[in-house]
Amino acid sequence: MPSRSPLRVVLAEDSVLLREGLVGVLTRFGHETVAAVGDADALRDAVSAYEPDIVVTDVRMPPGFQDEGLRAAVELRAARPTLPVLVLSQYVQRSYAAELLDTGDGTGVGYLLKDRVGQVEQFVAALTRVAEGGTVVDPEVVRQLLRRRRDPLAHLTPREREVLGLVAEGKSNAAIARELVVSEAAVGKHIGNILGKLDLPPADGTHRRVLAVLAYLRA
Amino acid sequence: MLREKTVWDELRGGGYLRGSAPWRSAAYLAGGALLGAVVLVIGSVLVALAGILAVVLIGIPLLAALTLSGIPLAALERRRVRLVDPAPAPTPHRTPDAPGIPAWFRLRLKEQATWRELAYAVLLALVLWPLDLLVVACAVGLPVLLVAAPAQLALAGGDIRPAKLWLVDGYPAATGTALLGVVLLLVLLHPLGAYAAARAAFTRLLLAPREAELADRLAEVTRSRARLVDAFEAERRRIERDLHDGAQQRLVALTMTLGLARMDAAPDGPLADKLATAHDEAGRVLTELRELIRGIHPQVLADYGLTAAMEDAADRSAVPVDTDGTGPPLPRLPEPVESAAYFAVREALANVGKHSGATRAHITTAHTAGVLRIDVRDDGRGGADPGRGTGLTGLADRLAVLDGRLAVTSPPGGPTVLSVEIPCQAEAR
Repeated sequence: MPSRSPLRVVLAEDSVLLREGLVGVLTRFGHETVAAVGDADALRDAVSAYEPDIVVTDVRMPPGFQDEGLRAAVELRAARPTLPVLVLSQYVQRSYAAELLDTGDGTGVGYLLKDRVGQVEQFVAALTRVAEGGTVVDPEVVRQLLRRRRDPLAHLTPREREVLGLVAEGKSNAAIARELVVSEAAVGKHIGNILGKLDLPPADGTHRRVLAVLAYLRA
Repeated sequence: MLREKTVWDELRGGGYLRGSAPWRSAAYLAGGALLGAVVLVIGSVLVALAGILAVVLIGIPLLAALTLSGIPLAALERRRVRLVDPAPAPTPHRTPDAPGIPAWFRLRLKEQATWRELAYAVLLALVLWPLDLLVVACAVGLPVLLVAAPAQLALAGGDIRPAKLWLVDGYPAATGTALLGVVLLLVLLHPLGAYAAARAAFTRLLLAPREAELADRLAEVTRSRARLVDAFEAERRRIERDLHDGAQQRLVALTMTLGLARMDAAPDGPLADKLATAHDEAGRVLTELRELIRGIHPQVLADYGLTAAMEDAADRSAVPVDTDGTGPPLPRLPEPVESAAYFAVREALANVGKHSGATRAHITTAHTAGVLRIDVRDDGRGGADPGRGTGLTGLADRLAVLDGRLAVTSPPGGPTVLSVEIPCQAEAR
């Protein structure tokens, strides 16, 4: 993947080992880690101090080792709706993802399983997509939701669910077309059907794709 | 085990003389007489000694120890009483909360039972043992002396006066006396049994635990069980945190390093292949570890509560699960309640997946009038036996600590419904 303009990243991760590793990965891909911190308060301070292009944060952090990282991310997004945030989670959890996507208008957020950072190229690609205002939801969350077919998704055909899953992963129509080996026009048609079935009429200023993903998460 | 009858039961039920009851009664009373005499002698000596030594202060602790002397005696008496009344006679004393002799002393001095036991010791030494002796002497000793008249006559030669009562001067008279002795013995064994039963009942009254003491002990057992469950829960969390903060982080760092190394290795070379294999393997281990950690204690339960955690469990179930009927999300409940309820649901879903043959399961939850109720229903073949699954037994125990209940109904042909009920109040968190 061609490296675009380097991103200025604020990183919050309490494990030193992992923090150093992430800094190494970001550096390797030409991005700059302007601050690497170990708890949620330091994260808030670092964002104020550096105004980064993107925040990457762990869910579980000191002092309580509960969902402090996620809380901080939600707060940051409330104060700065356009600040891209990528949250790394110990494991897949729809509640975390849904809460995060509810912030701002659901664009420029990502929710990834921590394991994904091992797939360094995919991880950095997801990071870039989020920084550009995309929405990335971990494929594992998507897979679980697909298994559990409930309204309003019940009306979708299997193919449409598949397409919606790929949309949730943050893929563009072109990427989805490549993955499913169909024409981009066919993907567009599927997405049109999905938006119709989910009752998301065309309107200005709303990101219907994100709303579809949200409907999907909340289903 | 067949519960043995008391002497009193046998006296009333008939057949008293055919069993061992008369002899057990006699042994009980003879033992009581002997014990009482010994207690009187030792007690008098100790009290006198303590009284003398009290002048030079050494006697004070001795006197203090004497107040507790009822305790070992009572322990012995509680064993002896089972000769005539086989029902267990538990100790009325509690186990000290703290280890060490001072704690033991403090508890014993506070307990009412200690003083009842001391009173019993005094009564035994001064009143009971002479009574016991008198009854045994009259009911057993006297007839036995009469029965032994022929033998005495043979030994003494001339004439004898058995039990100092009347003159026996020949074998016909001796035989008559012996027969009278036998009859007397058979008759007197009845009052002997009655006295022994009354004596045992009195002993029990003083030395066995009172209702309030039993209730105290039950509460103590319940508390200790709750402490065990809490300790178990804390250990679960510790293990989860250790795995998460240790092994998992290291593995993620390792996969990152391997990922970077793959980028640097010449593509399609043998090194790239080996790195790819190692990378994939590390990824699989990470996935397994993640599932393991979640199984130990899911973080989402702590962060979002029971509804989210159950939906999460539903997401992972092999059989599709509806949670639509759950109504409003549950409030946050006390941690042990959330934890026990979550693991009950998970066990239920695992059973649905493994045994039921169901195509669909349905979870309903409600928290009304201070009771959390969760039903997991499936459309499987039914016939589940809740006694067979060790998982369910463990859950029932865990719920019992919280005063909760687990019920499984599973008629052949289904549906199987597992219900959990736990009384609890909502918590603000």
